[in-house]
Amino acid sequence: MPASFMPSAQEMMRFLPETLLTLAGVFLMVLEAIMAPENKGRLKAFALFALAAALAAAVIAYNDPGPAFNRLLIIDGFATFFRVLVIGVAILAVLGSSQYLAREGANPGEYWALVLFSVVGQSLMVTSNELIMIFIGLEISSIASYVLAGYLRDDARNSESALKYFLLGSFATGFLLYGVAWIYGLTGTTDLSQIRADLANRDISNSMMMIGAACALMFVGFAFKVSAAPFQVWAPDVYQGAPSPVAAFLSSGPKAAAFAMFLRVFVTAFEPVADRWEPIVWASALVTMIVGNFAALRQTNVKRLMAYSSIAHAGYVMVAVATHSKLGIEAAMFYLAAYALTNLGAFAVITCLVGKGERFVEIKDLAGLGARQPLSAAMLTIFLLSLIGVPLTGGFFGKFYIFKAALDARLIWLTVLGLLNSAVAAYYYLRILVVMYMEEPGDTVENTQEMGGALKFVLVGSAVATLVIGTFPSLLLDVASRYAVLGR
Amino acid sequence: MNENAHQLWLIPALPLAGALINGVVGQMRDRAAHAAAHGHGHGHGHSHSHSHSQGHDHGGHDSHAKPDPLVSMVSIGSVLLAFLWVSKTLIALGDLNTAYVERYFTWIASGSLNVGFDLAIDRLSAVMLLVVTGIGTLIHIYATGYMSHEKGYYRFFCYLNLFMFFMLILVLGANYLLLFIGWEGVGLCSYLLIGFYFLKKSAGDAGKKAFIVNRVGDFGFALAMLLIFIHFGSLDFGAVLPKASGVDTGILTAIGLLLLVGACGKSAQVPLYVWLPDAMEGPTPVSALIHAATMVTAGVYMVARSFPIYEGAPMAREAVALIGLATAVMAATIGLAQNDIKKVFAYSTVSQLGFMFLGLGVGAYGAGIYHVVTHAFFKALLFLGAGSVIHALGGEQDIRNMGGLRTKIPWTFATLFIAAFAIAGFPGLSGYYSKHEILLAAHHHAHWMYWVGTITAGITSFYVFRCIFLTFFGEYRGKAHPHESPAVMLIPLILLAGLSIAGGFLGIPHWLEPFFPKMAEGHDAMAGNITTLVGLGGIVLAYLFYVVSPGIPEGIANSLRGLYNLIDNKYYVDEAYDSAIVHPLEHGSRIVLWRGVDAGFIDGIVNGMGGVSRSIGGALRTLQSGNIRSYANWVVLGAVIFLVMLGAAGGAR
Repeated sequence: MPASFMPSAQEMMRFLPETLLTLAGVFLMVLEAIMAPENKGRLKAFALFALAAALAAAVIAYNDPGPAFNRLLIIDGFATFFRVLVIGVAILAVLGSSQYLAREGANPGEYWALVLFSVVGQSLMVTSNELIMIFIGLEISSIASYVLAGYLRDDARNSESALKYFLLGSFATGFLLYGVAWIYGLTGTTDLSQIRADLANRDISNSMMMIGAACALMFVGFAFKVSAAPFQVWAPDVYQGAPSPVAAFLSSGPKAAAFAMFLRVFVTAFEPVADRWEPIVWASALVTMIVGNFAALRQTNVKRLMAYSSIAHAGYVMVAVATHSKLGIEAAMFYLAAYALTNLGAFAVITCLVGKGERFVEIKDLAGLGARQPLSAAMLTIFLLSLIGVPLTGGFFGKFYIFKAALDARLIWLTVLGLLNSAVAAYYYLRILVVMYMEEPGDTVENTQEMGGALKFVLVGSAVATLVIGTFPSLLLDVASRYAVLGR
Repeated sequence: MNENAHQLWLIPALPLAGALINGVVGQMRDRAAHAAAHGHGHGHGHSHSHSHSQGHDHGGHDSHAKPDPLVSMVSIGSVLLAFLWVSKTLIALGDLNTAYVERYFTWIASGSLNVGFDLAIDRLSAVMLLVVTGIGTLIHIYATGYMSHEKGYYRFFCYLNLFMFFMLILVLGANYLLLFIGWEGVGLCSYLLIGFYFLKKSAGDAGKKAFIVNRVGDFGFALAMLLIFIHFGSLDFGAVLPKASGVDTGILTAIGLLLLVGACGKSAQVPLYVWLPDAMEGPTPVSALIHAATMVTAGVYMVARSFPIYEGAPMAREAVALIGLATAVMAATIGLAQNDIKKVFAYSTVSQLGFMFLGLGVGAYGAGIYHVVTHAFFKALLFLGAGSVIHALGGEQDIRNMGGLRTKIPWTFATLFIAAFAIAGFPGLSGYYSKHEILLAAHHHAHWMYWVGTITAGITSFYVFRCIFLTFFGEYRGKAHPHESPAVMLIPLILLAGLSIAGGFLGIPHWLEPFFPKMAEGHDAMAGNITTLVGLGGIVLAYLFYVVSPGIPEGIANSLRGLYNLIDNKYYVDEAYDSAIVHPLEHGSRIVLWRGVDAGFIDGIVNGMGGVSRSIGGALRTLQSGNIRSYANWVVLGAVIFLVMLGAAGGAR
């Protein structure tokens, strides 16, 4: 097929969100350099505007779904759902960061630009239909994330976090790339649909070992990005050391995008060998849930606890991946959206509470929060209940759908062990509740500044959304099931 | 008649509206009142301000607080209206030979799963509805008196109304998912109510314990629900239960046992009963009662609701009976040695729940539900009476510091006395009928169960009357100045006393008879007489021991020291759980995961070195001292494992 170097207008439309975000990010960098300091507050509005425009573009692009750029990208329902999700997460993350950055006296302009670049990467990850593009998207997103994790350069914890993230992240990406190379060697293509066709139609019994190894190598890269065991070791250190709003962002958006590409690669390209990789996803899901939940039991640092909680939740989504069924994909979509909302909300409370220089990051610093800040405490209660998975919250139906999908796929033991895990999880979330409402504030002074309007919006907005999808789960599930269409 | 003619949704919606009004408007008015009283704004003066008071039960006593009449009115009114709506609906529906269902909207439609937001009334839920809203109304009335001096008055009633909402969803729901939502909801509210006195550590701990133990039960319930869905393709009672007889026994047994795990958590059965006594110790009698009369019966309701499953799974049904019996015996014997008036009644609750499960397990579903109803009457009376005693003595709960109160608080005495006779199964009173039905059915099922149950019933009447005699007879041993409770507290007592007497003549067994499978006829008259005599014997023995010659119990306790200690320490079950589960879990997660997996550190020890380049160098040095290499090793190790799993194993196949 002769390559046409000039993409059609149709293709450009399909690629519009990424284009907008890239241009806006570059523009932000320029503005940041030339703008008078007193005007820099407007940069946030600009970043939000760009994200909103990209969101609209992502929705519009779905009016005309299909591939772009020689099938490097594919705009299908699945991609659109995750595009909207990651851009939405970024909007909430921007809203939730500004107060923090002002408090720490950090320069916000570059921060917004980095968020936009990270979203470009994520957006590419979820739309890619080809292994090299996936790798490029992943790197764009990751490099921006590494810098964000170390954004407050003078804070040693930030630097340590960024460096660890960078070193280990590069290491794991190496595995991914190696796996891509093997696949190319085996099948002669990096196009997901063609890999699938090749694996399905050719007699592969002789090269099964090589294919398995390639799968395993790519699995390492993906599992690292979603912080699945045994590749989760980086997450606690990185989330704990990174600025709170960055930790919120990293554990919501990039994680969702990483799961999206994970699902796309394994459920489309590697579907023909699903019975081979299912056991490792199964094992990884189980170990991830166990490590996340049991390590969280012992944590005293709130951010570290949330990091382990995010590992545990990644474990539940891995259960959905292990089903490699349409129901499982829907459940994962529902779960990731519900988790992103809950997680951003919970981190909004943490962002406000840690105080300047993040001095109050221990669970005991939450003592008496119910009396000091009834609104934050009440909202955090909703988020914690959702993380536990109590009915009438988004978290409940997230787990419900995942375990239902797992049962439909006859993963009985994984379901049983997963449910047991979620019973254990109640313990450590509940501890926060108890401290908040049932303990006297310690000698920590009234450490919290008044919550700004934007942060309050994030807080209340995500709490309301958590309750709404917990009460009327069909609202989200219908969308998920309509959009759980993987273009091939 | 149009489709949803009876607007069943109003029944739960009324308390929900009450909870919302109390939560929002009540809080606003509360703050305004405090701002006026203290002359400064919120932040200090409102309901959460912390000051300890010495009152035993009154963790948040506030002499300035006046009950907000609006809050009282809204909370009582909403539950009362719900009760009236239930009554009106039941009268209109008539004999209810088939379930009346109202469908509102499709709640979840996902693949093959289709769950509607449907509410239903049948003969079983009609009984439960009347108990929940009826007793609930009385509890609310009483609570406005008992809680009148407490801080956070509006908050308490907000929780209480919310509790009613979830309880009504639980009973009205026409499918297992709605039942589960109500189930979890009452658990959550119970956590809030138990922990209401958040200044008391014991209350907070009890709340946490209740929540966590219940999670174990919920785990069973959730699994049962998923199994039901897999095998029946639906969660609707109307679609699942009639088909149960055609399903494989093994599957029904699995479902039945898992449901039983859930019921054991919620209804405090062995081995998951440990949370209930604690949950009743800390908080107000009001919340203790809301548990005794309503929430803990949820497990009984659920098992009775699922009776077609148990009918097809004799082993699971047998397990229900055995667990019920074990619970009854265990809790009754522990009750013998308790000195806290509320704890005595708490263990008696556990024990009576055991009787209900025994009834269900031997196939006497109707009798089990019947006992739920009569128990709600007399247990409510016992708890409210205990509250009245505690109220009269300014917070004293130890029965060794009471005595001779029958002349000082005669109304409380009279009503409590009636309740005690009812629970002891005195002929003619409500408890007599329901307990007899259970025991006679047990006799029919297996003789040894009957005998164990009967002896347990004797122990029950002994320890309940021990408590009554120590409280109301002999000389007063305390220091407070007892005073009778206000009318708003006494009226519910008197009403409940009436119900405790008349509960046996309400025709409940007759009403439930067509709903459940028929029991084989042929009651053993002799067995009935023995039960009656044993029950009376317990009372007489208690009279001899604690009124006629009070030295005897001490002597017996001394001569059977070992046994006494065992009972006094509640069979060391809490300790056993601690050392068998809690400690290993904490230890394991500390040693294995904390040290092994979570070895990371972010402590900013390079702090103060300043400068970007140097701090990165410093960070690098720090990293080299330990972690990043071990992290990378983890990644490599994991990669190798998966490579072997997928590559080599794949090749081998």
